[in-house]
Amino acid sequence: MITRRRFLIVTGSAFAAITLTASQIEKVLAAFAAPAIDQQKVKWGMVIDLKKFNELPPNKRKRVYDVCRDIHNIPVFPNAKDRVEWIWPADFEHTFPSQFNQFLPEEIESLEVPILCNHCENPPCTKVCPTGATWKRGDGIVAMDYHRCIGCRYCMAACPYGMRSFNWRDPRPFIKKINTSYHTRTKGVVEKCTFCVERLEKGMQPACVETSEGSFIFGDLNSLESEITKVLKEHYSIRRKPDLGTEPKLYYLI
Amino acid sequence: MIEYAIRGGKYYWSWIAFLAIIIALGGISYYYQYQNGLTVTGMSKEVSWGLYIGNFTFLVGVAASAVMVVLPAYLYNYKKFKRVTTIGEFLGASAVIMCILFILVDLGRPDRVLNLVLNPRPTSVMLYDFIVLSVYFLLNLVIAWTVLAYKEKNKGYTTWLKILIFIAIPWAISIHTVTAFLYGGLVGRPFWNTALMAPRFLAGAFASGPSLLIISLLAIRRYTNFDPGYDAIKKIGDIVAFAMVTNLFMIGAELFTVFYSAHPHHLEYFTYILFGIKEGGWVYARFVPWMWTSLILGIAAAIMLIVPKVRNEPKYLAIACGIVFISIWMEKGIGLIVPGYIPSQWGPVVEYWPTIPESLIALGVWGVGILVFTVLAKVAIGVTLEGEKIEEEVVEEEEVVEEVVEEVVEEGKEYRCELCDAVFTNLDECCEHAEKEHKIAKASCDMACVEVAPAEKQYKCELCDAVFTNLDECCEHAEKEHKIAKASCDMVCAEVEE
Repeated sequence: MITRRRFLIVTGSAFAAITLTASQIEKVLAAFAAPAIDQQKVKWGMVIDLKKFNELPPNKRKRVYDVCRDIHNIPVFPNAKDRVEWIWPADFEHTFPSQFNQFLPEEIESLEVPILCNHCENPPCTKVCPTGATWKRGDGIVAMDYHRCIGCRYCMAACPYGMRSFNWRDPRPFIKKINTSYHTRTKGVVEKCTFCVERLEKGMQPACVETSEGSFIFGDLNSLESEITKVLKEHYSIRRKPDLGTEPKLYYLI
Repeated sequence: MIEYAIRGGKYYWSWIAFLAIIIALGGISYYYQYQNGLTVTGMSKEVSWGLYIGNFTFLVGVAASAVMVVLPAYLYNYKKFKRVTTIGEFLGASAVIMCILFILVDLGRPDRVLNLVLNPRPTSVMLYDFIVLSVYFLLNLVIAWTVLAYKEKNKGYTTWLKILIFIAIPWAISIHTVTAFLYGGLVGRPFWNTALMAPRFLAGAFASGPSLLIISLLAIRRYTNFDPGYDAIKKIGDIVAFAMVTNLFMIGAELFTVFYSAHPHHLEYFTYILFGIKEGGWVYARFVPWMWTSLILGIAAAIMLIVPKVRNEPKYLAIACGIVFISIWMEKGIGLIVPGYIPSQWGPVVEYWPTIPESLIALGVWGVGILVFTVLAKVAIGVTLEGEKIEEEVVEEEEVVEEVVEEVVEEGKEYRCELCDAVFTNLDECCEHAEKEHKIAKASCDMACVEVAPAEKQYKCELCDAVFTNLDECCEHAEKEHKIAKASCDMVCAEVEE
């Protein structure tokens, strides 16, 4: 028996289902639609001009680190051993151990070196991930899938630069102010710098590059026209532990 | 078969209760860790693997060691090991259970562990480690269980079982090799990045695993009616001695290469574990006493094991095996994992020490492993003893017949042909033999045929080579000198044929 009541329920829910599915399909299609930048053609890289960066006043240097933490919902834990960081300051001696000697000029020895994921061309971390939760994208960015990560921390053992962080505890209560347009992570997964893929997709530069007042240069290493390749051609640059064969795409000018 | 596990005396149940308490403590601690995250452990951004992975690594070695008794027993048909193979395999299976649990408690998201199966990445050594460990676990369990079932029914081994046994042997080597590759394959960790990793692992495994097996067998011998046979224990002791010396040799080779070539990337880590490192006015040396203790214990145990008199004495063998086990646990456990992270990749030196909840969880995992082993060993012992009761009745009848025959022979004198050692019961026969075979005239046959007095039986104490003319004397000696009960003196007092 089709009563009026049942008819309304059936047609109403059918309508709702169709509209919901349609909106979902639209979203999925949008995700699959060709991105503005061809991932296979570009190869993102970064240059940090250490002299220029160190000439910035301390508060502006601090901004570079802070902006990353703020927009990516990176927590600040009371206990240092729980630290989660994507970009942070280090010293010259330990960042470039093979370039160090006792007669280095004072201004080089005392350089503050911002360190972040090198987005290696041969990343040792992605190779070891047992579930494929971290991988190298077509454009050379080493990305993370926080939903697939089982938290085994093999990637942290494999990274020769120590650039990965683990959520030893629930990060959410320790995020100063949550940026609702970016995701937060759960306890028990590994995270790292992503070269701000979410900003690149919108045609913007990574956040640290934008706040660095020109001391960070970001661009396509495959293009001969880009600023980054020109700068690298004109200046002598160094990379961290180049002898390991990981081919970092993060260059430093001294 | 499983019914043997629930039939036990007062001691059995108190032991089970003790283990249950340890497991419960571990369980409560794990709940605490699950709620709060791995922050409750001593691990940090700098040292991201610790006690759990250290124990995991060590236990893979213990698991692999089961093969050291299985291999001689089945491959070379070394009979003396046959009684202990099931116990060896059950020890292996229990160790693998602990390995898997240690990995599980170390995971940040244990709820997603199935991603290993659902989204495997073929380039990850961890994936292969997962596969070889799981298969090894199944192999050990299936083989040992089936062998016992056959023993209970007094059946021979079927072909499929034999095939499984032969697969299990190389498989045991593979679990340790793959685990070594897990670390050895990392370009960014010079402490681990050495080709010696897998051989060193295997040597350590073949020392620590059989040590544990010896300790378990000696305990089983002491507290149950089951006698694994002292010969088998002695042989396993030989294996431990060889493996421990090899292990120390490889550690020596590693230390020479590191300190003589002095490449800073390698040197840093070894300096940290042996002498401590200075950084920013601080001396970081938390692992120095740990590593030296392990090294000194290892060397002491190796010396004890090399001397046959010490090795063959059950009491000292047990002590030496205990020392080997502790030394390797320290060295191939957190002594191998944690220093790989210190100093950190970008400079700061952050040390590591396990916290109380972390240690309780680790103890709990050990508790589970020991419980599983206890139950499985109980079943194995129960089935074997039950089977032997029937066998003994048959054997006793046979022995009676043999004795009668021997008596007849002993009554008359014996003659032996000195040229070919043939024995005859009377002189004439012997002379005929000498004429026919050796062309010796009957008249001069006394040159070839000598009277032999029935050989006097002698008994030798296998532990110290002392010789006695009767069994009782030997038994008394064994009890006095080696603390071996008279009831089981037949293990040490062997008849010597002159």
